[in-house]
Amino acid sequence: MPDPRTQLAAATPPALSQRIRGLSDRAIAWLFVAPTIFLLLAVNIFPLIWTIRLSLTDFRTNRPNNPVKFVGIENYRKILTDADTWMSLQATAHFLIWTIALQVVIGFALAYLINKKFRGNDLWTTLIVLPMMLSPAVVGNFWTFLYQPQIGLFNYFIEFLSGRDPSSFSMIGDQALAPWAIVIVDTWMWTPFVMLICLAGLRSIPSSIYEAAECDRASKWRQFWTITIPMVLPFLMLAVLFRGIENFKMFDLVVQLTGGGPGATTQLVSIDLKREAFEKWRTGYASAYAVILFVTVFGLASIYVKALNKVKDR
Amino acid sequence: MSFSITEPSRRQKWIAGAVVILYAVVTLIPLVWIIATGFKTPSDAIAYPPKVFFSPSLEGYVNLFTSRTRLDAEGLAALGPPTTWYDRIVRQYDMVITGPSRYGERFVNSVIIGFGSTFLSVFLGTIAAYAFSRFKVPLKDDLLFFILSTRMMPPIAVAIPIFLMYRQLGLSDTHLGMIFLYTAVNLSLSVWLLKGFIDEIPVEYEEAALIDGYTRFQAFYKVVLPQAATGIASTAIFCLIFAWNEYAFAALLTSGTAQTAPPFIPSIIGTGGKDWPAVAAGATIFLVPIMVFTILLRKHLLRGITFGAVRK
Repeated sequence: MPDPRTQLAAATPPALSQRIRGLSDRAIAWLFVAPTIFLLLAVNIFPLIWTIRLSLTDFRTNRPNNPVKFVGIENYRKILTDADTWMSLQATAHFLIWTIALQVVIGFALAYLINKKFRGNDLWTTLIVLPMMLSPAVVGNFWTFLYQPQIGLFNYFIEFLSGRDPSSFSMIGDQALAPWAIVIVDTWMWTPFVMLICLAGLRSIPSSIYEAAECDRASKWRQFWTITIPMVLPFLMLAVLFRGIENFKMFDLVVQLTGGGPGATTQLVSIDLKREAFEKWRTGYASAYAVILFVTVFGLASIYVKALNKVKDR
Repeated sequence: MSFSITEPSRRQKWIAGAVVILYAVVTLIPLVWIIATGFKTPSDAIAYPPKVFFSPSLEGYVNLFTSRTRLDAEGLAALGPPTTWYDRIVRQYDMVITGPSRYGERFVNSVIIGFGSTFLSVFLGTIAAYAFSRFKVPLKDDLLFFILSTRMMPPIAVAIPIFLMYRQLGLSDTHLGMIFLYTAVNLSLSVWLLKGFIDEIPVEYEEAALIDGYTRFQAFYKVVLPQAATGIASTAIFCLIFAWNEYAFAALLTSGTAQTAPPFIPSIIGTGGKDWPAVAAGATIFLVPIMVFTILLRKHLLRGITFGAVRK
């Protein structure tokens, strides 16, 4: 049977096939890249410019007929002097620092153990990875069930371990516990991410380095700090970069878990921004907020990438 | 047996294995609990102490897929005995099924938007990645960085103008609007991942094909595409998982016709409080496909989650 593609090519009028054949590599390159760039400009850059423009006005989406006033940098001034903003930033900082610290420690420890290559380590690695691939909103919502006082499985575990009455505390209802409730779920979900990257780092170390160190009578402890850690560090820093960006933007998991409450104890910046934009409908104000967040994450990430490249080149 | 000084001892392996397996078991409990709760009756689901062993029931699944109403004794008597197994389940609570719930629709929306955006982002990503990999594109590094940087924006920040833009274009709460949006978000992942996969295919194959008289297009789809098939497939699964799991845009930009399952599942409520078995049943149906995909993807997992930055 003749290849249908050759039939199709034969059926194409010569002029067209000639023209395609005649396309230069340069033309093909543009033809192939243009749709992607166009779509990203339309869905990312155009909205960003629009956001910057809105951020200088007092526009409100729920009152489209009101006259829009140009207010200059007034929105930015208000945001940076608003105590709520700083509380949200503080909540975000607490969330970021603790999730990253826990995930780095647990993730690295797990990777180190998996790298001992016990039997069946591949299977267990795959199972450990499962939580991070699931929908954060759906899983976060179910965790509110696990966190229920009295009937929740989490509280039951705490009772089992410490003997504390399971109805005496509520992880997501208590102002002091709620910031930890979101840290626990995020760590449960994303530790495998750090673990996988560390594992790749550990596996990239050639065993000849350890053999040489062994010949030089370096202790295991010394080998760990002078070979293992420096060799894994670039990988670990990459994992921290990814988790840092993701958790700075964190919305879905936490909004389902606590909705930002109780009070404003878990109101991360994305949740605060959502309130301003889609509940209070202060579009201009929220746009300025969005610009500030974007500049912050972009700036921090750029500085961090520079540091990362330095470590890599060392 | 070969002996190596760097090979861990048997005792070390045993301890490492025990700790890792213990962690895996603890970390999987919430997932097992979701699946188990889906098969409990509402009273078993909220029992204290939590029930590990229980007699399975399909009540959660029946409640998930149906809407029901309560009838008085007369109304029930007038209906006659229940005819199907799901009728029997709801009659225990003096209820009758009045029709399907919205879960089915929401799930279908997730499938349409997930697969639609996956197809588009992989198609556009493949051709763009090919161009970046093989041709001299002016400002190549800047463009690639620009593509990656689009992922740094908090979704809520982009959602404000998109919300306004979509309202003007009539795209809000439509499948097409969501497909475009998810495609744009996924493009950064798909371009970066596919560029890595295509970079690994030796250029010599194509050069040989070009010398044999193939055009660039022919060389692309007859030589490069088949070689990149595994990479394209795993990129597609990553794009699908993102679109499947996405919540922020779906919650803000859709409400009726195009709403996907993630904003819907948490909103399932029963009569008198939250119907946890129904929520768990909905979550199970929604999460299990992703668990299967994850297991299928395990070889390329690391690459996918780091945008191709780490290759094993």
